Amino acid sequence: MIAELGHFALILALLLALLQATVPLLGAARRDLGWMALSRRTALGQLVLVSFAFAALIHAYVTSDFSVANVFENSHSAKPLLYKVTGAWGNHEGSMVLWVFILALCGAAVAGFGGNLPAELRARVLAVQGMIGSGFLLFILLTSDPFQRLMPAPFDGRGLNPVLQDPGLAFHPPFLYLGYVGFSVAFSFAVAALIEGRVDAAWARWVRPWTLAAWCALTIGIAMGSWWAYYTLGWGGWWFWDPVENASLMPWLVGTALLHSAIVVEKREALKTWTVLLAILTFSLSLIGTFLVRSGVLTSVHAFAVDPARGTFILLLLFVVIGGSLSLYAVRAPRLRGGGLFAPISREGALVLNNLLLTTAAATVFLGTLYPLFSEELGGPKLSVGFPFFDRTFAPLMVPLLMAVAVGPLLAWKRGDLLGALQRLWLAFAAVAVVILFGVYLARGGPVLAVFGLALAAWVFMGAVLEWMERVKLGRAPMSESWRRARHLPRAAHGMTLAHLGLAVTLAGIAASAWQEERIEIVHPGQDLAIAGYTLHLDEVAQVAGANFTADRARITVTKAGKTIAEMHPEKRFFPLQQMPTSVTAIHSNLLADLYVALGDSDGAGGWTIRAYWKPLVPWIWMGAVFMALGGLLSLSDRRWRIGIAVRVPRGARVAGVGD
Amino acid sequence: MRRLLYSLPVALFVVLVAYFGVALFSGRDPHAIPSPLVSEPTPSFELASLDASALSQEALQGQVTLVNFFASWCLPCRAEHPLLMRLAEQEHVPIYGIAYKDKKADTERFVAGLGSPYRRIGLDEQGRVGVEFGITGVPETFVIDKAGRIRRHYGAPLTADQLRNDLLPLIHELARG
Repeated sequence: MIAELGHFALILALLLALLQATVPLLGAARRDLGWMALSRRTALGQLVLVSFAFAALIHAYVTSDFSVANVFENSHSAKPLLYKVTGAWGNHEGSMVLWVFILALCGAAVAGFGGNLPAELRARVLAVQGMIGSGFLLFILLTSDPFQRLMPAPFDGRGLNPVLQDPGLAFHPPFLYLGYVGFSVAFSFAVAALIEGRVDAAWARWVRPWTLAAWCALTIGIAMGSWWAYYTLGWGGWWFWDPVENASLMPWLVGTALLHSAIVVEKREALKTWTVLLAILTFSLSLIGTFLVRSGVLTSVHAFAVDPARGTFILLLLFVVIGGSLSLYAVRAPRLRGGGLFAPISREGALVLNNLLLTTAAATVFLGTLYPLFSEELGGPKLSVGFPFFDRTFAPLMVPLLMAVAVGPLLAWKRGDLLGALQRLWLAFAAVAVVILFGVYLARGGPVLAVFGLALAAWVFMGAVLEWMERVKLGRAPMSESWRRARHLPRAAHGMTLAHLGLAVTLAGIAASAWQEERIEIVHPGQDLAIAGYTLHLDEVAQVAGANFTADRARITVTKAGKTIAEMHPEKRFFPLQQMPTSVTAIHSNLLADLYVALGDSDGAGGWTIRAYWKPLVPWIWMGAVFMALGGLLSLSDRRWRIGIAVRVPRGARVAGVGD
Repeated sequence: MRRLLYSLPVALFVVLVAYFGVALFSGRDPHAIPSPLVSEPTPSFELASLDASALSQEALQGQVTLVNFFASWCLPCRAEHPLLMRLAEQEHVPIYGIAYKDKKADTERFVAGLGSPYRRIGLDEQGRVGVEFGITGVPETFVIDKAGRIRRHYGAPLTADQLRNDLLPLIHELARG
C-alpha cells in the first residue's frame, strides 16, 4: 500500500511540476502576480510529494518488503540497517528518486529563501526548475519505476553489492548529487536571465551562493569517492581517471570557473555572457556525468543496449535540456550588454585566466573520457585513455593556474600592478626556494616533478597566507588593529583564503605521493615485512564472522626502532550471498604519512600475500578538499548573502543605490 | 560573426548528440573487449634478465613465442605454472617470462622452487613493461608470431581447456605459416 502511495505521489509531483513549468512562465510574461506566485506553492508541494515517495521507498527497504521488485533486487533481510537505508539509492531507480528529491529540495529552497528575488525572476527560475523536474519525473515513471511490484513476493532479496556496503560509499552519492543537482539552480538562473534578457550584479549575487553550496557538496562528494577508492580497493590508488570519476571532475572544474567568473559579474558587471554559458555548461556536464556514465555510454553502451527505451529517453532529455538552453543562449546572449572594461593585468584578467585554464582542463578531461568511444565509432581501434594522457594534458594546464592563484588576489580591479604583486610575494618565492633546495637534497636523483609540485604547493600556500596577512595588516599594524580588521573582513575573504590553502594542501599531498614505497610479499605468521623504517610483524590470521560475511583478519604489529607503534587489522571479507570477496585495508596515519596494509590471498601453505605501502602526505589530499569545502561554507555564511540587501531596481524606476 | 560565436556551443552539442545517437543505435556489443595490441607489433622493451643478460623484443623474433607476465607474489601464477611447464617440456614452446613488480631474489626463489618453464626471464621491477603491454594484472599471456606481432592475449590464468582447444592449435598454425 505504501509503495503504491509512493508511486502515486510521484505522479502528483509530475503534474505539479508540469504546472510549475508553464503557468509561472506565462505569468511572468503577462506580469500576472497571481500566476507567478503559483510557482512558490508548487515548488513546496513538489518537495512534500517527492519526500513522501522517497520515504516510501526507504520504508520498503527498511521493512524488507520484497514484493517491491527494486527492494528484492538490491536488498536482503540480513543486511545491517544502515545499508538497508542507503541501499535505497544504491541502484538506478532509487538513485533517480534521490535525484528528484534533491531537485525538489533545491526548488523549495529557492521558493523559501528567495523572498528577496524580484517576482518575475523567481517565477522564471522556478519554472525552469519545474521543466527539469517534469523531465526527470517522467523518466522515472516511464522507464525506471522504483515501486514496481513482484508477484508472488520472493522469500528474500538478492542483496546489495558488497563493495557498496561501506559507510564512505553510503553517503558519497547524496553529496555528489547535492553538487550535481545544486548546479541546476545556477542553470535555472542563467536560463531565466536569458529569457529576461538581463544579467547584472544583483543576478550574480543571487547565483553565487547557490553555486557555492553546490560546489562545496561536490567537492566533499568527490573527496569521499576518492577516499573510498583509496581504502577499499586495496592498492592505495586514489584517482584513476576512470570515466565515472572524470564525470564528477568536469562539473567541478567548470563549476569552479563559474564560482570565479560570477565574482567578476558581481563586482564589475563584466563577463556576463561567459558566466551565463558557464552556468549552463556546469549543469549540462552534471547531467552528462550522472546519466551517460550511469547508463554506460561512456564506459560502454551496454546499459543502453539492455534497455533501449531508457537510453533513448536519456538522450532525448539531454537533447531538450542542454540543446534547448544552448539554443536560447545562441539567440539571446548576443543581446546581453557587456559591462566594465579592464586591463589584461588586473583582478578581472587573473580571473579570466583562471576561467580559461579551468575550462580548457575540463575540455581535455572531456576529450580524454570520450575519445575511446569516438575512436571506436569512427572505425578506429578500441582503446583506453589513462594516466599518460592526463599527465601530459591536464597537469601542464594546472601549473600556470596554480602559479596564478597566488598572484591573482593581490591584483587590483580594473588595472593591477603585477610587479608590485610579485614583490609582495617575496616570502612565497623564499618558501619555494627552500622547498626546492630541501627537496633536491632529499630526493637526489629522485622524482624532479614531485619536487616541483611541492614547490608549487608552497607557492600557493604562502600566496594565500600573505594575501590574508596583508588584508589584516598583520605585523604592520598593532595586533589590536589586525584583530579588528580580521573581524571586519567579509567572511567571503576568509573563505577564499581557506579554500586556496586547501588547494595547496591537496596539491602537496598529490605531489608527495611520488615518494611512496611499496612492498608485496608472501608472509607467514611470525615473519616480518620491512617498509620505510617500519617493521610489520604478522602475528596471526584468524577467521571472524560478520553480520552477512565471513572474514580472514590479520593481526599485524607495527614497530619502528624497537618501539611498538600500532596494531593493524587488514581483512579479506567474503560475502556468501553474492559469492564475492572484498578487502578491508588497514591504515595507520600520523597525518604526515599513511602506512597502508592490505591482506591478499593465502598460498595454501600458511603464507599470506601482504601488500604494504608507505604513502607520505597522502592524507593531505582529502584534508585539503575538506579545507576547500569549509572555505566555501565560510564564504557562504557571508553577511551579504544572508541579508537581503540586493534589491533589484524595477525597470524605469529610480531607487537610491544599495550596497552592503 | 558575433552571432556565430554564440551559436558555437549549441552547434558542438548537436554534433555530440548525433554521435551519442549513433553509439546508441548501432547495436554493437560494447562488452567485447579485444586487446588493443592484438595484431600489433610487440611493444619494444629492454629488461635486465635473471641470468644477468638482457631480454628485449628482438629475442622473440623469428619464432612463435609466448610472453608470460608473472610474479612470485601472485598465487594464480603458481596455479598456472604446471601448465606452462607442460607447454615448455612436452610441446617445446619457447616461453619468455616477465617478472612483474617482483624482486630479483624472490623471482629466483620462485623458479628455483617450482622449476622454470622460461627460456629467459626479464625483470620488470617497476612494472613499466607491463604498462607497455597493457596488462591489468598477473598472470597474463601473449602469443607472438614469427614477425614479432601479437596474435593473442590471454588476460587471465591459462586453463588446460584453452591450452588444448585454442593456444596449441594457434601455435601450430603460426609455426606452419
